Amino acid sequence: MKKIISLAAAILLSAILFSGCGSDNVTCLNVYNWGEYISDGSEGSFDTIREFENWYFENYGQKIKVNYDTFASNEDMYNKLSNGAVSYDVIIPSDYMIDRMRNEGMLLPLNYENIPNYQNIDDSFRGLYYDPENLYSIPYTYGVVGIIYNANKVDEADAKGWDLMWNEKYKGDILQFNNPRDAFATAQYKLGLDVNDLDHEKWELALTEMKKQFPLVKSFVMDEVFNMMEAGEASVAAYYAGDYFTMADNQADSVDLRFYYPERTNYFIDAMCIPSCCQNKELAEIFINYMLSPEAAIANAEYISYASPNSAVYNDPSYAEDMGEEAMEILYPGIENFNELYNTYSFRNLGPETLIYLVNLWEQLKIS
Amino acid sequence: MKSNNSISKRNDLVRKLALAPYSVWAVLFIVVPLLFVAYYAFTDNDFNFTFDNVARFFTATTSVFDKQGMPKEVHTYLVIFMRSLRLAAISTLICLLLGYPLAYIISRAGAKTQKVIITLIMIPMWMNFLIRTYAWMTILQDSGIINRILGHLGISPIHIIGTEAAVIIGMVYDYFPYMVLPIYSIMAKMDNKLIEAARDLGCNSAGVLRRVIWPLSLPGVISGITMVLIPSISTFYISQKLGYGKFYLIGDAIEGQYAANNLHFAAAIAFILMVILLAAMVLMQRYADKKTCA
Amino acid sequence: MKTTSKIYTALIMIFLFAPIAVLLIFSFNESKSLSVFSGFSLHWYSELFHDYATLNALKNTVLLAVCASVIATVTGTAAAVGITKMRNKYLKVTLNTVTNIPMINPDIITGISLMLMFVFVGRLFGAATSLNFGTMLISHITFCLPYVILQVLPKLQQMDKALPEAAMDLGCTPFKAFYKVIIPEILPGIVTGMIMAFTLSLDDFVISYFTSGNGFQTLPIRIYNMTKKTVTPKMYALATLIFFVILMLLLISNLADSEGDKTIKEARKRKKMRKATEAAN
Repeated sequence: MKKIISLAAAILLSAILFSGCGSDNVTCLNVYNWGEYISDGSEGSFDTIREFENWYFENYGQKIKVNYDTFASNEDMYNKLSNGAVSYDVIIPSDYMIDRMRNEGMLLPLNYENIPNYQNIDDSFRGLYYDPENLYSIPYTYGVVGIIYNANKVDEADAKGWDLMWNEKYKGDILQFNNPRDAFATAQYKLGLDVNDLDHEKWELALTEMKKQFPLVKSFVMDEVFNMMEAGEASVAAYYAGDYFTMADNQADSVDLRFYYPERTNYFIDAMCIPSCCQNKELAEIFINYMLSPEAAIANAEYISYASPNSAVYNDPSYAEDMGEEAMEILYPGIENFNELYNTYSFRNLGPETLIYLVNLWEQLKIS
Repeated sequence: MKSNNSISKRNDLVRKLALAPYSVWAVLFIVVPLLFVAYYAFTDNDFNFTFDNVARFFTATTSVFDKQGMPKEVHTYLVIFMRSLRLAAISTLICLLLGYPLAYIISRAGAKTQKVIITLIMIPMWMNFLIRTYAWMTILQDSGIINRILGHLGISPIHIIGTEAAVIIGMVYDYFPYMVLPIYSIMAKMDNKLIEAARDLGCNSAGVLRRVIWPLSLPGVISGITMVLIPSISTFYISQKLGYGKFYLIGDAIEGQYAANNLHFAAAIAFILMVILLAAMVLMQRYADKKTCA
Repeated sequence: MKTTSKIYTALIMIFLFAPIAVLLIFSFNESKSLSVFSGFSLHWYSELFHDYATLNALKNTVLLAVCASVIATVTGTAAAVGITKMRNKYLKVTLNTVTNIPMINPDIITGISLMLMFVFVGRLFGAATSLNFGTMLISHITFCLPYVILQVLPKLQQMDKALPEAAMDLGCTPFKAFYKVIIPEILPGIVTGMIMAFTLSLDDFVISYFTSGNGFQTLPIRIYNMTKKTVTPKMYALATLIFFVILMLLLISNLADSEGDKTIKEARKRKKMRKATEAAN
């Protein structure tokens, strides 16, 4: 018994020491990002976090430790940060969440002197609605929602627009997003509604459309979409363009996945920001700058396989070669009018009242 | 007398010292958090007192189509709650029907076999819960292992995943050990002579089960039912993965409201669920006490 | 066992181990898929050993489970001793009811309630972070405690109450009596309680989901957060490894047990012999 107690005490003590930052002259950088959203050294890829730690030591002669945590959704991250439950130095939320956090004073303005690599970011990705004066955010990835279908099951003639996801022929073969915002957006784009409308009547229209689709839907999915599409469990799904390549690479022999963009669809940007709880702003900015460097940015773009707003990435011939011609065409469809399309179709922050209303609509859909 | 007195004093001290850490702990981390749930449930975003959250649970309605395709109004959260209760009750019943005979079989086996089987039942719980659920997706899906086996046998495939049956399988699988273990631990203590005596007195097998084994094992059954019913009523991961997100349960509702940062309503749902479950447990305990006393 | 019993037990075992077999098989999959097996490879195992984030999450999970189960066992055992000695009936019933709460409360409520409290207290003191390793540890200890107490209480009640008193009469201090007399008597209950606490802590996802904070994420949290990209067979490889480690631990403990049995039996034999010789003399 004594042994057990002393063991427990020793373990506790070491745990506290290990988790304590700055205890032995090691500065910590706390990064909060989506799960699986950084090149992490798997399959021989670039190990961004480790490389940054080494790079920093070589250039500044000081040891640092990056604490890298993940979140499952923008809302998950927002809840924990806004409640003061957690504290991070760098976060990577999506556009509409940046808008919200900026308005609520949860972000710090960046010091661009520490981020010279910002010059790599194309003009199309500056001055967007969520950060009109480019004060708070630096784009990390961007993407467009498209429709993925199994050509062995779906007639080419049907593969047009959002109608495919409401096509009775494919009843029980359709996958829908398992989060309210993305799911309702598919109906709103189909009906030509504004995804950022605050008018409840417009949302009711979308709900009616969703209820029509409900019996046709096989499953509401997030990451399960990969396995289900690859195995031919389902034939139609809306998901992010970059993920289509992952699925196509792993598809079963009997499956032939194809991809297209519907006319109106969602454009998103995930960007790096510094929240107001940041403990070490300069280090955070150095980290962001590092993430923009060609080496790290290309590695991350290839790992995540989403489009990169970084010109050092998409102008790089070896990157284009690695991704392949088809991928480059799908990922970077005409950057010229990106700004306009983005500002028309991207998600805006809806405000707490509408968000709660949206969850209620979601509940109503799920019990119909 | 004197020494006796000092012993009882020392005993008192020991008791107090032994109880103190736990009592403090129980108050701080069991009682106070529950007060917080109640506090959030009965306040609005500015922490002003309100009944709205709790009232909304009982009054919010949705229009749905019934089986004839006619629109009708239903109470959103009551429907969600009843659905959770029904699925959880079915899972608990299946766990009981499968687990009770198993617990009996184990308790009558040799000491070594008992230990081995109990360990085997516990082992799956050491694999991660999320990963186990993922594995069930691989087994149950339309092109999954079951259907591939059926295909080889020339039987037409069955559609399980994304149905209530899949959710129930997931619940039964994950919480089965919680049913077997308490029943087994009661049965293992049961005296074999009692059963033999009942037999000698002319009871047939059914009679022995009904009159001797069942009443004696009732406390184990009650705690087994509790330990399966509670987690299965409130799960949200199993319904998302194995139910393909089509069966919105009360756990999903709490999680969904939490994700929308609507903490006060999430707390209200949690509070109501807690009150209902506590009441049910008290009633069940009363029933069990009566039965075992009689 | 009768044949029907054997068949029945075997069928249940098949049900319990089918998913384990699936993840074992797919951990050797060549491709990324969890549903199409394309060929044998050890690829995911080598991937796993290079994935320090996952290994770190595993370390966190085990660390948390060890700390939580040990602390819960110590506190819970002490509490059980205190509860059995309690004379005030009313207090006893109250304490027992409170003890039962985390067991009959759904974990989602336990998680939310603790989160609400931590966040509130954190705000009150203006802490930079209100959720961290400490809060997660507290939460895990809290839901483990009742299982320990419920395992230890019956053993205490079965114990002969005269034993510790006799020891104290013979000059033992209460603490010595506790170590030398009570603990050995109730050890099986303590061990079972600790194993249960460890298992529950290891397997918990919901409570961790609500109470996890800075710099300390466990395996279930890491897996749940993989919403952007798919869960790979790497996680299956990890589960397979855990499975074999546990199997080995169990085998070792079983072997040690039967060794222990042997020594006890031999000791008893010797004792009997001695008694017999004494009687003969």
